[in-house]
Amino acid sequence: MPKVVPWFALLAALIFLPHVLSFSQQEILVYLAINVLIVTSYRLLTLTGEWSLAHVVIMGVGAYASALLTKMFSVPVPVSILLGGVIAALVALVLSVPLFRMKGFYFLIGSFAAGEIIRLLWKRFREPFGGPKGIKGIDPMPDFSIGIYDFDFFEPISYFYFAAIVVAVCLLILWRIEKSPVGLTFHAVHWQDKLAQAAGVNVRAYRTLAFTIASGFAGLGGALLAHYVGTINPNSFDVEVMVFVLTWAIVGGTATFYGPILGCVTLTILNEVVLREMGFEQARPLIYGLILILSILFMPKGLESLVQKLKPGRKSAVPVERAAE
Amino acid sequence: MTKFLEIDALTMRFGGLTAVDGLSFTVDHGTIHGLIGPNGAGKTTTFNAISGFYKPSSGAVRLRGEVISGLKMHEVARRGVVRTFQHSTLFAELTVLENALVGTHMPFRPNIFAAIVGYDRHDRTGAEARAREALEFFNLAHLADNRAGDLSHGHQRALGMAVAYAAHPDVILLDEPFTGMNPEETRVMMGLMRKLRDDGTTILIVEHDMQAIMGLCDRITCMSFGKWLAEGNPDHIRHHPSVIEAYLGGARHVA
Ligand SMILES: Nc1ncnc2c1ncn2[C@@H]1O[C@H](COP(=O)(O)OP(=O)(O)OP(=O)(O)O)[C@@H](O)[C@H]1O
Ligand SMILES: [Mg+2]
Repeated sequence: MPKVVPWFALLAALIFLPHVLSFSQQEILVYLAINVLIVTSYRLLTLTGEWSLAHVVIMGVGAYASALLTKMFSVPVPVSILLGGVIAALVALVLSVPLFRMKGFYFLIGSFAAGEIIRLLWKRFREPFGGPKGIKGIDPMPDFSIGIYDFDFFEPISYFYFAAIVVAVCLLILWRIEKSPVGLTFHAVHWQDKLAQAAGVNVRAYRTLAFTIASGFAGLGGALLAHYVGTINPNSFDVEVMVFVLTWAIVGGTATFYGPILGCVTLTILNEVVLREMGFEQARPLIYGLILILSILFMPKGLESLVQKLKPGRKSAVPVERAAE
Repeated sequence: MTKFLEIDALTMRFGGLTAVDGLSFTVDHGTIHGLIGPNGAGKTTTFNAISGFYKPSSGAVRLRGEVISGLKMHEVARRGVVRTFQHSTLFAELTVLENALVGTHMPFRPNIFAAIVGYDRHDRTGAEARAREALEFFNLAHLADNRAGDLSHGHQRALGMAVAYAAHPDVILLDEPFTGMNPEETRVMMGLMRKLRDDGTTILIVEHDMQAIMGLCDRITCMSFGKWLAEGNPDHIRHHPSVIEAYLGGARHVA
């Protein structure tokens, strides 16, 4: 079975990589794992053709929910992370009622407004959200041992392993959804909602389903982040972060499952290794904007299109679409 | 006895324009029923009102006595009325097989939880068998892996029908199915429609190809300027003075 060889290579790389990195680079690896989940769940949302600007705020909903559950109700941390995802999905379900009365550009703006309203609530209500300063001193993951390995969550390396396992399971679920008849229906809703309806598809229900699932996983990602950094505030989930997610997705390409992941990993490496080392940190938004424009102009189908050129003859199961149509 | 599909005083207004004006007719179960009329007569609008794409301004559509007008399109579809579109409307970016698979949505309803844990093998193979059967029926099986958007016009029309057929409808609404087909393809397609009818599917068809309509239909309703004009068997319609008048006097080209 030569097919599993690359997966073992990846697994080995993920296990050994952190050991050759510095402490701060290990931290970046944790963020990277979480960001991969955020951008992959974002792609699921875009499958039905709607692009939301609320995804990062929904991620924040998961973070706040999990933090508050541990603080106020002493829910144990791994359980609270799961519940954070569930609550984010429920909030998305409620938001979808007004949002999916809109389409295209109006949906985009509507989702942005909805996200800003949530952020406003966080800022406005000191109880329980902590106002503009947010929540500090969030419980960390409790240490535990699985025999061959002791998880010590003061070490980023441990949290990276933990996050990577959670993210891998989430990616597997997202992958299975996409390759299922449900995933095909998402594509159908995107390409011809009229014809899908004529075949009996409740288009609105499927849009809501995609939005809710994607939000659930984003919430889970947010909760993972909250219990790592220990402090969150409304600005941790502002539109600037959303622009990063969009940039990863567009630069990577959204036609394939791996496109957004490719974009996220490539840009993170570029950002952390190149920009930080060279001291261009401050110019990050500027450089991201530049990369976004350049990639739309010169690589409209994203990094994934380069990969597809490298393996000729293999047709992708998923149609090649334009990101910003 | 309740009528099978009944269009009752259907009226559809767009602003000042009345596209369909008090139209009434009945489609009997197991027949091929033609709806004809000059360009702009309101045939597609009638289809849109029956299939739930539009909500009628007034009047009703009843299926086996149940009012289906005003329902959403997917709700009408779930009651057994499935339509095709006048312009080749397909999932152009998906493969031919995937198009047909979307058509199996109703008989094989996807379940997300079963899909995640891999407990839907049975449904997936069932859906694929149904989709392939639909492609087979419309002679598209050899094109299963092609991108739908790359098909010839005739094949695209056939695929549109295959998607509808895969859904197992009781009534199928066909809007100009023969456009873009050569005479040979049209002849083959007519044979398939008779076969569909003989299997118990009721067909309501809009078509400008008079030869095909006359050869195919059990009954024909003719409309003009949104109004009911005449109804009867093909012979009756062929010689009906108002029908001839509508087509000739309308000064509009009959394709
Ligand atoms: N959505 C709409 N808004 C406004 N007017 C419309 C709309 N749809 C149809 N019409 C008008 O209603 C009338 C009937 O159109 P319809 O498409 O039903 O005709 P048709 O009989 O299908 O014609 P054809 O044979 O050319 O397909 C036309 O005058 C058309 O311009
Ligand atoms: Mg028409």
